[in-house]
Amino acid sequence: MSALLALHDIHTAYGLSRVLFGISLEIAAGECVCLLGRNGVGKTTTMRSIMGLTRPSSGRVVWKGGDIAGWPPHRVAKAGIGLVPEDRRVFAELTVWENLDVAQRACRRPGPWNVQRVYEVFPKLRELADRQAGFLSGGEQQMLTIGRTLMCNPELLLLDEPSEGLAPLVVDRLLEQVGELKQQGLTILLAEQGVDFSLRLADRVYVLEKGTVRHSGPALELREDAALRDRLLAL
Amino acid sequence: MPEPAFLFGQFVGGLTAAMFLFMIAAGLSLIFGVLRILNFAHGSFYMFGAYLAWQFMRWLGPGTEYFWLAAIGAATGVAMIGVAIERLLLCRLYRREELYQLLFTYGFVLILADIAKIVWGTQQLSVSRPPSLSGSFEILGTTVPHYNLFIILLGPSIALALWLLMHRTGVGRLIRAAVLDREMLGALGANVGGLYTIMFGVGSFLAGLGGALVTPVKSIVPGMDVEVIVEVFIIVVIGGLGSLWGTFLGAFVFGQVLAFGILIMPRFSIFSVFALMAIILIWRPWGLLGRPLSR
Repeated sequence: MSALLALHDIHTAYGLSRVLFGISLEIAAGECVCLLGRNGVGKTTTMRSIMGLTRPSSGRVVWKGGDIAGWPPHRVAKAGIGLVPEDRRVFAELTVWENLDVAQRACRRPGPWNVQRVYEVFPKLRELADRQAGFLSGGEQQMLTIGRTLMCNPELLLLDEPSEGLAPLVVDRLLEQVGELKQQGLTILLAEQGVDFSLRLADRVYVLEKGTVRHSGPALELREDAALRDRLLAL
Repeated sequence: MPEPAFLFGQFVGGLTAAMFLFMIAAGLSLIFGVLRILNFAHGSFYMFGAYLAWQFMRWLGPGTEYFWLAAIGAATGVAMIGVAIERLLLCRLYRREELYQLLFTYGFVLILADIAKIVWGTQQLSVSRPPSLSGSFEILGTTVPHYNLFIILLGPSIALALWLLMHRTGVGRLIRAAVLDREMLGALGANVGGLYTIMFGVGSFLAGLGGALVTPVKSIVPGMDVEVIVEVFIIVVIGGLGSLWGTFLGAFVFGQVLAFGILIMPRFSIFSVFALMAIILIWRPWGLLGRPLSR
């Protein structure tokens, strides 16, 4: 099993404040892998390092066998990695449809996704097509951000805390939808603080602590072993 | 109380000046909206538009409607200068602090002013109105040259065209997305640098067009660059940096305050505009239609 994406000893800092201290991980095609950990352990920074939004100071980001560390984000996106950022970041003054259209124009990566198909996965967005994205609810914005990233036809989806700030019912619906994407063969790297969302979706888990990988293993193990879960994720 | 005809004359004069300034200020505001750079050299682009128009007229000879050709040629030439400066030099400074960018564009004010003096000298130059618009008509006791009417109509047309560009085209949507969140747009796969170049080209084109079109009503002199940059700077600040309709409104208000301020304080007419700017900024720190910067 050769990895679609592999991080080798990534160190990343924002100016003088160092955040990642040698993160290594692997994701195979079709897998759903979850980064678990509390706020501030480096989940978002790992995602930003992969996407090229924050340049790692050392280490390799290997995508399909080639090192892409230090590439600008638009090249990373064109290579097939799509980021759904933590705080959603819809283009608030653009309509839902415009948000999706912009994403398609931004990337122009050929693939199966188009506006209609995004509407099929997220029917709510079709109803809201002409609404300004800034006026959507949190859950609707989260659907839009995922849909927007899919318009770039990524092979790997980076999902940064998709359930954050959403009501439990909305989270359940989102979980189904992301599960559907996974079924369709999309590779997913998920970052979550809570185990609910992540363990229902993920195949494998990396638990991060203070910018390093503390534990890695199958999600099943954490799902079934409450003691291990408590030890790794105790608050 | 002055005569109504006289007041109307002042109004029309102010409106004409406003529409000239809008063209130029819209370019400055667009560039700022996307690149977040206040281009001091924008006034120099305007001056080059004027000199290039004069130069093209020389080369083309006294043909009847060559003026339009010269104006479009001058604006295109200025756009090319702008694109070259952005692509070759300015793009290297985006990661630096704003101060470097300001110093850089200010440096270009000095360089371009000297180039203009070397090429065209310091004598006043002028271009005559195109024959098709050399007439005038009378309305409410005021004589309005056809050329001024053309400018008064051109201003809103440009505003509308820019609005359509931004809201009804794919490139426009990308530009609006870049204004809202350029990092996110980059992560979606857009080469934001290419958009910057397009915007810098469009903004420079507008400055060049303004400079070329102003030649039939104003003589071309060294120093017109600095004069105009102060005026359009006030306009975009009043209207709200980066806001198209704000710039339009700012230009309108600026033109009228200048036209009527001169009646109240003939010797301090520019003072009235600065006073206006101060009042508006106290009342609305982001300008009339502006808003705080996003990331």
